[in-house]
Amino acid sequence: MKLLTANFLTCAVKGCRAAASSYPLHFKDAELELQEVDFQPEFIHNIIPRIDWEGLRVMANELGFPKIPDSKPEGDALNDEQTMRDLHRLLLETHVVEGRLCCGNCGHEYMIKEGIANFLLPSHLGKTKNSIVEIQVYADGFAL
Amino acid sequence: MEYLIRFAQVHESFRQPEIQALADLAGIDLEFVYYDKYSPFCVIRVPDEAAARTLIARSILAKDIFELWGYGTNLDEVHADVRRRTTEARWADFQTDSFRFTVDSFAGKRSNDKKREIIQSFSFLGFQGPIRMKSPDQDFWVLEDYGWDVAATDAAAATPEGRSSTPILRPVPEGQEPKRIWFGRWLANSSRDVINKYDLKKRRYISTTSMDAELTLITANMAHAAPGKLFYDPFVGTGSFLVAMGHFGALNFGSDIDGRSFRGKEMIERGGTMGVLANFQQYEIVGQFLDVFSSDLTNTPLRAQPFLDGIVCDPPYGVREGLRVLGRREGLRNEEVIIDGVPAHLRPGYIAPKKPYGFEAMQNDILDFAARTLVIGGRMCMWMPTANDEDLELDTPMHPNLEVLSVSVQPFYNWSRRLITYRRLPEGQVSDVSKGRSRLDSEGVYADQLNSFRKKYFTKNPQYDNKEPRSGSATPAP
Repeated sequence: MKLLTANFLTCAVKGCRAAASSYPLHFKDAELELQEVDFQPEFIHNIIPRIDWEGLRVMANELGFPKIPDSKPEGDALNDEQTMRDLHRLLLETHVVEGRLCCGNCGHEYMIKEGIANFLLPSHLGKTKNSIVEIQVYADGFAL
Repeated sequence: MEYLIRFAQVHESFRQPEIQALADLAGIDLEFVYYDKYSPFCVIRVPDEAAARTLIARSILAKDIFELWGYGTNLDEVHADVRRRTTEARWADFQTDSFRFTVDSFAGKRSNDKKREIIQSFSFLGFQGPIRMKSPDQDFWVLEDYGWDVAATDAAAATPEGRSSTPILRPVPEGQEPKRIWFGRWLANSSRDVINKYDLKKRRYISTTSMDAELTLITANMAHAAPGKLFYDPFVGTGSFLVAMGHFGALNFGSDIDGRSFRGKEMIERGGTMGVLANFQQYEIVGQFLDVFSSDLTNTPLRAQPFLDGIVCDPPYGVREGLRVLGRREGLRNEEVIIDGVPAHLRPGYIAPKKPYGFEAMQNDILDFAARTLVIGGRMCMWMPTANDEDLELDTPMHPNLEVLSVSVQPFYNWSRRLITYRRLPEGQVSDVSKGRSRLDSEGVYADQLNSFRKKYFTKNPQYDNKEPRSGSATPAP
């Protein structure tokens, strides 16, 4: 899973949608791999405005990449080739191949195996009205 | 300026929408001057030659484009029209160029002698250059349309015996004269040969439900797949759409409720390359592939904010593979399962339970999802099946934030499927949804009860067998 994809992901549990702590998801026991792909400046240019910068900073820090600019590049900074190349490396070439993605709100963990994450929820966390109550109970139990 | 497009005579209802989508993508002012679904020839008006070349470059359903020099119902009219549309000064531009003339007849035939006679009749253009059959500087075409015998077949279709809305078309008998003739200077070929490159027969990873190369490439054109853009397929399967959009330079990711569909046997059994990735490798477009993951549209992990340039999908029809969503059928127990003190869903190899899903509910969920995640102007292309006896006018799923741009139909014997293209409207604009599909799924928990399309697909259509009025009770209870 690339960091770009992870930036657009949150917890799949309906009750977590409103909770601020459900985003970003947190990588745990992440095994990283670098896979080089063609640099496509046009894409980076288009996608930066849609990136949640704070989310990216949190994730990158947790994975041990400290050198993320404090604020999202805008205007002229978007034409700086080095900045674009750094972001290309971080967003498109950095893969999490093994590990877990955890929700900061309910604590649910999504497994990542061979680069593929599984966001399918067990039925008791799915879409029923009383499931929200269940999630709370479940989350408390899980935190221990 | 007027230009002549020569289409392939296939997927007729997709041809104009594809050209229109390409014009919109390139910001070209396009007007259709002449179009007939039974003819491969179409006359358009675009500002200049460069626009004509740009327009055709990505097209899958067009074959090529010509600068239109003349039109008529017989050769004399064509000659007169050439003199009207072009000047002798224009002819002189090509006076010393090498050139070639070709006569192309649709639904008819010409003998070689007759072809030579036709070509000679254009000698008034005064070209002095050498005739060259391979890569000439200028390539002139006489394009004749004899016309299918449409009147006869339309009459047949109107009779009660006419089962299909697609009549059988026959070329006109030999010895007749064409109905229409165009004369033009060839400009450029389309991308039609790309179909061959992405042929499913030569693709590494496919399954029974992979969509063919031609239709996926057309879909990618309608969805405006292009460099710098981000696309998503929520029912990714073997990734046929992702590959087509990758061909046009977009970056893609997808998801599926069944992770086996995109992993493939190679990966599951032998630890080989993931199926969808293998296809991107085969076509050397790995840079256009982002990710795939397992998820379910009703419980999607994707954030509810505009970030997608496009969504392309062919949701399951529930005929070959059942419609499924996460959860348990009502009436079955629905609490956390604990095995050996560990919640079952945290154990390795856990498979989440799934329950049947309603056909209408799924479509509405897709539209809601698109409205939330598409950027302004972003497009969604969705395929959708219909039983042929359904009311087509009132049958397009709609959403106030999405404008329906085009609906194209691919007919089969007793059902058809449609490609619906939507555009995300800016905030503050709403589309008229009063004509949209407003049906709800019937009540029930089993696939046949929830999916009216599936039910009709497996039910003999009473309309074809007797004249009894249709009613819901024609279907035996499952």
